[in-house]
Amino acid sequence: MKNYDLVIVGGGPAGLAAAVSARDNGIESILIIERDKELGGILNQCIHNGFGLHTFKEELTGPEYASRFAKQVFERNIEYKLNTMVMDISGDKVVTAMNREDGMFEIQAKAIILAMGCRERSRGALNIPGYRPAGIYSAGTAQRLVNMEGYMPGKKVVILGSGDIGLIMARRMTLEGAKVQVVAELMPYSGGLKRNIVQCLDDFGIPLKLSHTVIDIEGKERVEAVTIAEVGPDRKPIPGSEIRYECDTLLLSCGLLPENELSRSAGVELSPITSGPIVNDSLETNVDGVFACGNVLHVHDLVDYVSQEAAVAGKNAAKYIKEGKDSSAKAVEIFPEGGVRYTVPKYVRPTEIEDKLTVRFRVGAVYKNCYIATYYDDTLINKRKRPVMAPGEMEQVILDKSKLAEFPDLNKITIRIEEA
Amino acid sequence: METKDLTCIGCPLGCSLVVTMENNEVTSVTGNTCPRGDAYARKEVTNPTRIVTSTVRVNGGSLPMVSCKTKEDIPKGKIFEVTEALKSITLEAPVHIGDVVLSNVAGTGVDVIATKNV
Ligand SMILES: Cc1cc2nc3c(=O)[nH]c(=O)nc-3n(C[C@H](O)[C@H](O)[C@H](O)COP(=O)(O)OP(=O)(O)OC[C@H]3O[C@@H](n4cnc5c(N)ncnc54)[C@H](O)[C@@H]3O)c2cc1C
Ligand code: SF4
Repeated sequence: MKNYDLVIVGGGPAGLAAAVSARDNGIESILIIERDKELGGILNQCIHNGFGLHTFKEELTGPEYASRFAKQVFERNIEYKLNTMVMDISGDKVVTAMNREDGMFEIQAKAIILAMGCRERSRGALNIPGYRPAGIYSAGTAQRLVNMEGYMPGKKVVILGSGDIGLIMARRMTLEGAKVQVVAELMPYSGGLKRNIVQCLDDFGIPLKLSHTVIDIEGKERVEAVTIAEVGPDRKPIPGSEIRYECDTLLLSCGLLPENELSRSAGVELSPITSGPIVNDSLETNVDGVFACGNVLHVHDLVDYVSQEAAVAGKNAAKYIKEGKDSSAKAVEIFPEGGVRYTVPKYVRPTEIEDKLTVRFRVGAVYKNCYIATYYDDTLINKRKRPVMAPGEMEQVILDKSKLAEFPDLNKITIRIEEA
Repeated sequence: METKDLTCIGCPLGCSLVVTMENNEVTSVTGNTCPRGDAYARKEVTNPTRIVTSTVRVNGGSLPMVSCKTKEDIPKGKIFEVTEALKSITLEAPVHIGDVVLSNVAGTGVDVIATKNV
């Protein structure tokens, strides 16, 4: 069996930034394992611009952003294996992987960083009635076909779900000559970024119908028409509100799910809300020495945050490899309340964190002119006004080590949305 | 006096902007978090522009397509002319990030450059 200090599963932006940070923090023996034929992850198919404004102060396209991080990996001579799929991770950190040249092989790691990203929710999970004709694609699959293979899935399109991939694909297919008739969204708000609604729908006069869903798909061989209807507060279709669109393609953009089959087999505890691992301030899971970052941990809106988070995971993995960990350090739980759906991390060890700790979260509905309030036990520590918060966008709170030190007997931290 | 509501597309924050105009002159912009929002609003009500991203065909590369973008933003009304102009182009590999795919696209004075190595 081969030995590496650090094995990183996934060579997307999270895996790359984690590797660079671990190397810069003194770890020589690192291996990145990527199942695709190139590094960069999902960014390779995201050819639109808007990446990296925070990190590089420039608006880059996905492939450009990915190549900047890949370059940092090449410059540091960090080892990576492409076309290699990780099949299993055991609780004692043995990674089983497979590729054409080596067949199946095992690696003993001292620490592991999970950076497998996420996949799209499938149609099966959506329960649309009707036949299963050709012409139904997930938006991400369509994105890969158009942007990487140069293949157009269809000419007349209906999109269900207003996640960012669906919005981006509405524009992309319009520019390639297709007629995108409507984007239907089940929820009363869009799951995508506002800028994407402006640039991808409004710019091209594509209607966005909120509180609408697909109730019928016609066609046996190929999609011929799709009927959508408005839904009430109970999300049930309202009779009489049906609209029928003739089309040859239906794209589904119904959200992303962290890809955690491997985490489960390693014994990593997952959050029912994020579907990603539950982690502490060092982004370590309940399994010693197994860390997580990027979309496998929770679905991010911005790749900049993925890179920042991954750098933290890399640094902490390096620390774990060099120093081990102090298992006696007290951990305080963060309780998400009043509209805050979850927090990453969930546990904070006040004695172990650096000067500042970023806690990221999402809200469950649209909030206008509300406050993000942070409490240590019952003491209000911080209250920050936000003009608009929406489920499609990540929010954050920064915790100060010095402030935490003033509460040696702290039992819980609460983060809550409060009305003005 | 006339006001217009806009969403800034300068970055994913998507600030809600209110532009106040008098005789077609912008008198104030509010709601922006940074100066880019102010600049965007002034431009959007007078001469809206966009970066266009697309793909063009490549022969002999690791992929059949290479992604590309307009190096700077171009007038919004020219978006379709740009994508149309790119359809007739086929490049020969290797193509590098930053290579000019098509210069002065659709008479905009802006070049289209590759955004991936293929
Ligand atoms: C369509 C779309 C549009 C987006 N638009 C924007 C935008 O405009 N601006 C912005 O800032 N962000 C955007 N994002 C978000 C950003 O792209 C993601 O947050 C980022 O790519 C996540 O990085 P990651 O490394 O966690 O995951 P990924 O990029 O998904 O990488 C995970 C990698 O792990 C590999 N992997 C998984 N399982 C295994 C295994 N078992 N063995 C080996 N390898 C494995 C995968 O092949 C993949 O390469 C967008 C995302 C999508 C999907
Ligand atoms: S005003 Fe600034 S912060 Fe707000 S969306 Fe525009 S660029 Fe982003």
